[in-house]
Amino acid sequence: MGAIRLEKVKKTFGTLDVIPGVDLDINDGEFVVFVGPSGCGKSTLLRLIAGLEDVTDGKILINGTDVANEAPAKRGLSMVFQSYALYPHMTVYNNIAFGLKMAGESKEVIEEKVQSAAKILNLTDYLERRPSALSGGQRQRVAIGRAIVRNPAAFLFDEPLSNLDAALRVNMRLEITGLHQELKTTMIYVTHDQVEAMTMADKIVVLQAGRVEQVGKPMELYNNPANKFVAGFIGSPKMNFLGGELAQKRDCHEIGIRPEHIAVSTESGEIPATVKIAEHLGAETYLHVEADGLGPMTVRATGEIPLGEHDKIFLTPEQDRIHRFDAHGLALGNS
Amino acid sequence: MENKQTPLGYVSFSVFAWIVGLLIFFPIFWMVLTSFKTELEAVSIPPSFISFDWTLENYVEVQERSNYFKFAMNSVILAVGSTLVGLVFAVTCAWAMAFNPTKRTKDALLWMLSTKMMPPVGVLVPIYLLFRDWGLLDTRFGLIMVLFLMNLPIMVWMLYTYFKEIPTDILEAARMDGATLPKEIIFVLLPMAVPGIASTMLLNIILAWNEAFWTLNLTTSDAAPLTAFIASYSSPEGLFWAKLSAASTLAVAPILVIGWFSQKQLVRGLTFGAVK
Repeated sequence: MGAIRLEKVKKTFGTLDVIPGVDLDINDGEFVVFVGPSGCGKSTLLRLIAGLEDVTDGKILINGTDVANEAPAKRGLSMVFQSYALYPHMTVYNNIAFGLKMAGESKEVIEEKVQSAAKILNLTDYLERRPSALSGGQRQRVAIGRAIVRNPAAFLFDEPLSNLDAALRVNMRLEITGLHQELKTTMIYVTHDQVEAMTMADKIVVLQAGRVEQVGKPMELYNNPANKFVAGFIGSPKMNFLGGELAQKRDCHEIGIRPEHIAVSTESGEIPATVKIAEHLGAETYLHVEADGLGPMTVRATGEIPLGEHDKIFLTPEQDRIHRFDAHGLALGNS
Repeated sequence: MENKQTPLGYVSFSVFAWIVGLLIFFPIFWMVLTSFKTELEAVSIPPSFISFDWTLENYVEVQERSNYFKFAMNSVILAVGSTLVGLVFAVTCAWAMAFNPTKRTKDALLWMLSTKMMPPVGVLVPIYLLFRDWGLLDTRFGLIMVLFLMNLPIMVWMLYTYFKEIPTDILEAARMDGATLPKEIIFVLLPMAVPGIASTMLLNIILAWNEAFWTLNLTTSDAAPLTAFIASYSSPEGLFWAKLSAASTLAVAPILVIGWFSQKQLVRGLTFGAVK
């Protein structure tokens, strides 16, 4: 059981408002991802929940009990750090067992729990090794093992994959998702990588400057971003934002079109443009173009498109996929 | 950084280093040599280097005249005792400064270190009077307290430098794992800082072993360490160089041996954090 509720959680460092006041509901068993650019306060928010930072004001309720003034260990949460933060002087076994030893568990219980965690994480052969003798992915698994054995109310992940190389990251992403399906424990996961957020989350919390910009399921954020910031942050390549006549025609300040929602033609279309750079990936083609009178745009076309520098093309956005924004950047609903 | 050296530069640098090394070592060498001479040869001019009658009579006489082991035992107790007491305070202090720094932490560190710049004799009278009133004169306990306080700033400074290199994440992980503060320090911080703690302890044992000002002024016999043992050979009936040298050799030998075997650790400890 691990339902977490934040009520007006505030954090200031000196005169700096890092988190001006966050309200958030996390249901039991949910996989929630905090995402946002660096310095947006997502890690601070996680550390507030963990108890590694003191809240300036507000309540943190875990299963209905306010733990804002409790020590980290009393909150029943486990954390996986970006740097893994393994104890370098202990074997893998002792790393995983440390929390259980601190809780005063008996030797038999520790042995049983460590072995079962090691089995889940494929670490059985490495239990006698020191962390320095492990690869990055194995270290990450030890860190996760250390978190699992304590049977926490929720797991907290602080950018756990950012030290791994790209291939391993995809692997670990799947492993963590699999682990969540198996354990069905609440997980809060912090990342700056929107791909991780989109692929793993039940619910994404987009943060900017310590404020929650939008909370929702991945596809909700993708299809109905609440504002320009969320629209630009979710989705890769980034959404194109266009002002001027095209926006006026649609009765708004600015429109947003995702690169994958634009049809390309060499004969006719709504927006004439010139190709600057074409990136051919085989399965898809990214076109970085200069739209006449509108500036640079990115187009993502399926399959191989034989276009190159200086080619003249025409772009036509899918009309029902155009996002409209007012002068403050708030979404006005699709046109 | 590239460091290009010509062969000539390398040779002259080596020669220079050897000269400096020998200059520093010479007094110790001369002392050991003198301890094997007769009193007459010890003061003869020109001095003889190897061609003299080697004798152990000084050592025998020193043994007969005073109880070397009593002094040596006091030295061990004072050096180790003050280091252990110091460690308890220095570890906690350095932990606070390294992991929970405030705006004033650096100032506090500098201020602590600045107390080492004060000449000890400046506080001799108040400390002597306190010792007399509290009955601490010529007690090991009293001296351990003085030596520990004297070296505390250096211990804190060294441990602080070490602790700074330990990632905070690991201590936070221990906190998440349910370790209380004492457990966090004992099971996680200290094992990771073993090299730093070892060199801090070594340096402090050496400093306390060699300390002569307080040990001479605050002891007479019961708590007197080897420094007092050497000093007892320097006065009343005139100077006996050979016996004094024998006593000094006996006094510095243990610490010299320890220093020799642990020099790698010491150099590492003292230069830690200097190059990164």
